[in-house]
Amino acid sequence: MKILIKGGRIVDPASGRDEIGDVFVSDGKISGTKEKTDRTIDAKGLVVAPGLIDLSARLREPGYEYKATLESEMDAAVAGGVTSLACPPDTDPPLDEPGLVDMLRRRAKALARARVYPIGALTVKLAGERLTEMAELAEAGCVAFSQANAPLADTQVLWRAMQYAATFGFPVWMRAEDPCLARGGVAHDGEVATRLGLPGIPAFAETIALGSLLQLVRATGSRVHVCRLSTALAVEMIRAAKKEGLPVSCDVGIHHVHLSEMDLGYYDSHCRLEPPLRSQRDREALAAGLADGTIDCAVSDHTPVDEDQKQLPFAEAEPGASGLELLLPLVLKWGAARKLPLATSLARVTSDPARILGVQSGRIEPGAPADLVLFDPGQHWRVVLEALKSQGKNTPFLGYELAGRVRATLVAGSVVYEA
Amino acid sequence: MPRSFPHNPQLNANGELQHLLSIEGLPREILIQILDTAESFAGVTEREVKKVPLLRGKSVFNLFFEASTRTRTTFEIAAKRLSADVINLNVAVSSQSKGESLLDTVANLSAMQADVFVVRHGSSGAPYLIARHVKPHEHVINAGDGRHAHPTQGLLDLFTIRHYKKDFARLTVAIVGDVLHSRVARSLIHGLTTLGAPEVRVIGPQTLLPARVETLGVRVFHDVRAGLKDCDVVVMLRLQNERMNGALLPSAQEFFKHYGLTADKLALAKPDAIVMHPGPMNRGVEIDSSVADGPHSVILPQVTFGIAVRMAVMSIVAGN
Repeated sequence: MKILIKGGRIVDPASGRDEIGDVFVSDGKISGTKEKTDRTIDAKGLVVAPGLIDLSARLREPGYEYKATLESEMDAAVAGGVTSLACPPDTDPPLDEPGLVDMLRRRAKALARARVYPIGALTVKLAGERLTEMAELAEAGCVAFSQANAPLADTQVLWRAMQYAATFGFPVWMRAEDPCLARGGVAHDGEVATRLGLPGIPAFAETIALGSLLQLVRATGSRVHVCRLSTALAVEMIRAAKKEGLPVSCDVGIHHVHLSEMDLGYYDSHCRLEPPLRSQRDREALAAGLADGTIDCAVSDHTPVDEDQKQLPFAEAEPGASGLELLLPLVLKWGAARKLPLATSLARVTSDPARILGVQSGRIEPGAPADLVLFDPGQHWRVVLEALKSQGKNTPFLGYELAGRVRATLVAGSVVYEA
Repeated sequence: MPRSFPHNPQLNANGELQHLLSIEGLPREILIQILDTAESFAGVTEREVKKVPLLRGKSVFNLFFEASTRTRTTFEIAAKRLSADVINLNVAVSSQSKGESLLDTVANLSAMQADVFVVRHGSSGAPYLIARHVKPHEHVINAGDGRHAHPTQGLLDLFTIRHYKKDFARLTVAIVGDVLHSRVARSLIHGLTTLGAPEVRVIGPQTLLPARVETLGVRVFHDVRAGLKDCDVVVMLRLQNERMNGALLPSAQEFFKHYGLTADKLALAKPDAIVMHPGPMNRGVEIDSSVADGPHSVILPQVTFGIAVRMAVMSIVAGN
């Protein structure tokens, strides 16, 4: 299948290119030459960009099919312009053995929508005690190893896991959170938690754990990607670590770029997230760190939760927000608020995560995989239940009007979504 | 991202009290209305026939997800004195243990034609969830949710203070002890700041004060003697048994020595200071018996006023 995408505004963050033009797709790849095409897509008025790469999206399979299925979430991904996603290992059972990873990849491949990159469990059952067979898991397709949101209280195990991963050159993806300091907490330990009477998670639960992680990076040489920063001080620490030359990268959940503890309102359980929404100062530092590149990328941290688990008192509600379909409009909103060039804001969800994953996609150049999104940056749409394909309707943005609507998504040169 | 703060769920479209969920966010006029109404009911509780027909034909459901004898009883008495039918549900040991969800329990009771739900729950915010799901003619009264609020207790504390001190405008009030876990403290602080008490102090070790507590509009003291100096009102908080030895406090004895209210510490307050306690008291932990039973103590009158205040709240919400 050869496709001509005609007359769109081509934005390629990797090269900084931003111009009106045509894109040719041939044999699943971007083609450099004009060929006779089978199909022409009129992209006039649309942005043509690399498909989004989301470094954290829960598909809920295996084990939590009542919350979401691979099929529903892959539909949501491509409807949101996400063409590649990394899924954390906190499934049931966790992704701690090759058979599970293999099955997930096969099922995802059979659906032929977004590309799925499984992240393997760092420890068996994510229990934080024994290392998984990382080499076997990597062979089955795991691109990195992580504890997801499961605690790893034993720093000795973390140290050994990082040494072992470094031996094979496997990246370790960790959230920085001291499980003892976070124990029992459900909201940022600050003004709002005090007012609402919610047990708090102090900001230093993150920075203390991040300090340990960075020391262990120095000790082991392990390549570490720090997931879901939530505090201003953590952004500072990453900035210094990068300046020092440590092999670290990091991401932020897109919700944390826009929301703060203030948004908990009267116990809005859709704002119950991990890590918790923090102060407005923290949010500002995250938004600024993402703009200057200290924070490498923005992720949806997509977590479908069924409504029954959200219709509970705040502390009892299951944490997480649905986000695959909101990642693009929320990145555009952040970029517009900071007056960033479109190529810069899109880089945080395309070329930057591609670099962290070590994949060829995330760019528009001859020979690169034809993973593309066509979107109308000016089209406003209201976030309502019916507008979301994900089975998880749990979003704090319900009722909001956002700009940026995906019109078509291509993966490996095939149109997998059109609206 | 700027979000429009959601409409105050306690007030109806006319700005009247629809539910009582928290003292925070209530206008001064409504607080005064409740206190004045309670004043008028105080007489009723002293009559031989202690009943008024205001809630005749109405059903009040006492929905206690957390065990409580005293608060439940005072709500029951208050409802009965208003001539309402009272149904007590000890949900902690019935539906919840069978796995029924909070909202299903409420929906079932609502189907039995409730007018007022009096709710106590161990989780902060639970009454807000219930208030969002009840029918327009049903009212929710928070009888204590987690660490968040205990507004009728806060109101009876305000009533007590007004009864003895007349005016809030010149008062210094100290709240002593476990503020971190206290819904009573949070409710009283909001009430006092709304009614214009110029100085509200919280006194306790760092481990028992919540993060950024000063943002509630209080002065923070760790030294109890400095904090009690020249106070008009001293409110002692209950220290739960399970918090007496562990990471928060080494022992009840050490707590008593440093923060327990004794006659010599109370002597630092104004000579006519009153001493309050929401009960149940731990004698010898947060308060010495000689103070609890002494001339400054208004702890038992608080309980009596509690009935009038709860009558006032129920009659006002059910009348709106």
